[in-house]
Amino acid sequence: MSIDARRAAPAAVTPVTPAGSAVQISDVSKTFGRGDTALLALDRVSLSVAPGEFVCLIGASGCGKSTLLSLVADLDTPTSGELSTGGRRVSLMFQESALFPWLTAARNIELPLRANGMPRAERRDRVAELLDLVHLSAFADKRPHQLSGGMRQRVALARALAQDAEILLMDEPFGALDAMTRDLLHEVLEGIWRRNKLSILFVTHEVREAVRLGDRVVLLSSRPGRVIGEFPVDFGRPRGMDSAQTVELAIKIKAQLREEVIRHGN
Amino acid sequence: MATDTPASQAPAAAIAGLDNLDVLPPQQARGQFWAKAWAAAWPKLLALVLALAIWQLVYLSGFKHAILPGPATTLRNLWEQLHHGLIWQAIGTTLRRAVIGFALALVIGTVVGALVSRIRPLRAAVGSLITAVQTLPSIVWVPFAIILFGANTTAILFVIVMTAAPAIANGLIAGADYLPPLLLRAGKTMGLRRVSLYRHVIMPATLPAFVGGLKQGWAFGWHGLIAGEVVVIILGQPSLGVLLTNDQDQADMASAIGVIILILIIGIVVDMLFNVVNGRIRRRWGVAEGAA
Repeated sequence: MSIDARRAAPAAVTPVTPAGSAVQISDVSKTFGRGDTALLALDRVSLSVAPGEFVCLIGASGCGKSTLLSLVADLDTPTSGELSTGGRRVSLMFQESALFPWLTAARNIELPLRANGMPRAERRDRVAELLDLVHLSAFADKRPHQLSGGMRQRVALARALAQDAEILLMDEPFGALDAMTRDLLHEVLEGIWRRNKLSILFVTHEVREAVRLGDRVVLLSSRPGRVIGEFPVDFGRPRGMDSAQTVELAIKIKAQLREEVIRHGN
Repeated sequence: MATDTPASQAPAAAIAGLDNLDVLPPQQARGQFWAKAWAAAWPKLLALVLALAIWQLVYLSGFKHAILPGPATTLRNLWEQLHHGLIWQAIGTTLRRAVIGFALALVIGTVVGALVSRIRPLRAAVGSLITAVQTLPSIVWVPFAIILFGANTTAILFVIVMTAAPAIANGLIAGADYLPPLLLRAGKTMGLRRVSLYRHVIMPATLPAFVGGLKQGWAFGWHGLIAGEVVVIILGQPSLGVLLTNDQDQADMASAIGVIILILIIGIVVDMLFNVVNGRIRRRWGVAEGAA
């Protein structure tokens, strides 16, 4: 479309695109609005997530991270480009738990199962299993406002898993939590990711969190969002947020992130 | 494959510890029911005593002494009225109209509110009109209704609908307006569409605002009902409004005040019922924790 003609991408990194990837984003652009006030949010972003891969997306404000996730989740359509999840089910988690306040923890988790038409008895077993997975069996009958932020995010995670998705999109899911809770949830998420062989696209602004969790960290530029760097994280798991290796790579990524932010200051 | 223990077991102990620290302390025991009831009741009782005292003082001061009875005379008059069938018949008629009129208003208000909140052009056209109608004093509908239907029950029901339905519709519209977009997104992500999205997300999310609208609709409808009854007099059908009119004709102030007190009590009782429902929903939704 016309966007391609208007802007040239100087330093776009050619992405590695393995065949049969879980998420395949090719040259996706997204413009909001029209005419003079049009805002180019994403500029020919190409990115792929292999089956079972954990990819972290990082970028400063205005890099269109959340927009990208909405596109993958099919809540919005790209202005141009191709986007495919190969027919796999996708579920989405937000920074706020987005739980339904009128339902208990168990009922929140049950709702996607009901939407899928699963019989009652089967639902009950599945909900118990999911509650156990996120260590919330004792809180099944509590309503969201009776739970802490970390507990709410675990309910939200269980609810996302209840959708039997192979692809999990996470939009700064732990951004509002205290450090200790977040560290523990990293462990929980990592365990579930391995066990369920999920493909995860995880958006965060916390560089060390991205290094802690990701197989790969992808750096996006801001206004418009464009892939400007990819960092494979090749040291073993489980990683610590504060380990020397994590910090070392985080410093490297932060330096490039800072350059990107400075560019917008001039 | 999974040769290990459930992979998430490692942090379990730490998580359990944090959760136990995080959860709210257990709610206060329900055993203090009477203490709570007393705490809620005494300011109201005090207000009642004060009102009676002021009334008694006005009476003692001799203001309009020939017309204005004191509390003792009035309450004795009301007590005597309550021993006759007429006043119970009147209460019955008025309450029956209230129930039928409110039910009609509920259906009409809900349908109009649902349509207006969903259809954008309709919203632009009719939205502010509904609020405008709501600000009209209820009495203006009485002549209109009598000309349209004649001096009969239909006219009175019409007045109730015209006063209560806008408030009910507005409650629903407000609920739809403040529907958190994030909850809609969450619902859509999990595959809820159209009917199921309505049933599982939109309806429960708008319920608190809807009940707020019902409460307000009741208050307006009650105004309209009594206004209608004072004017529309149907032979052989005594109502609280008709009793008021009779008292006016006979300049029977003691009886008139007694009827006013009855109307006040009924209004308060129904309002309290709405408050109970409202409070329960708000507590469930986590909007007003523990607040009664």
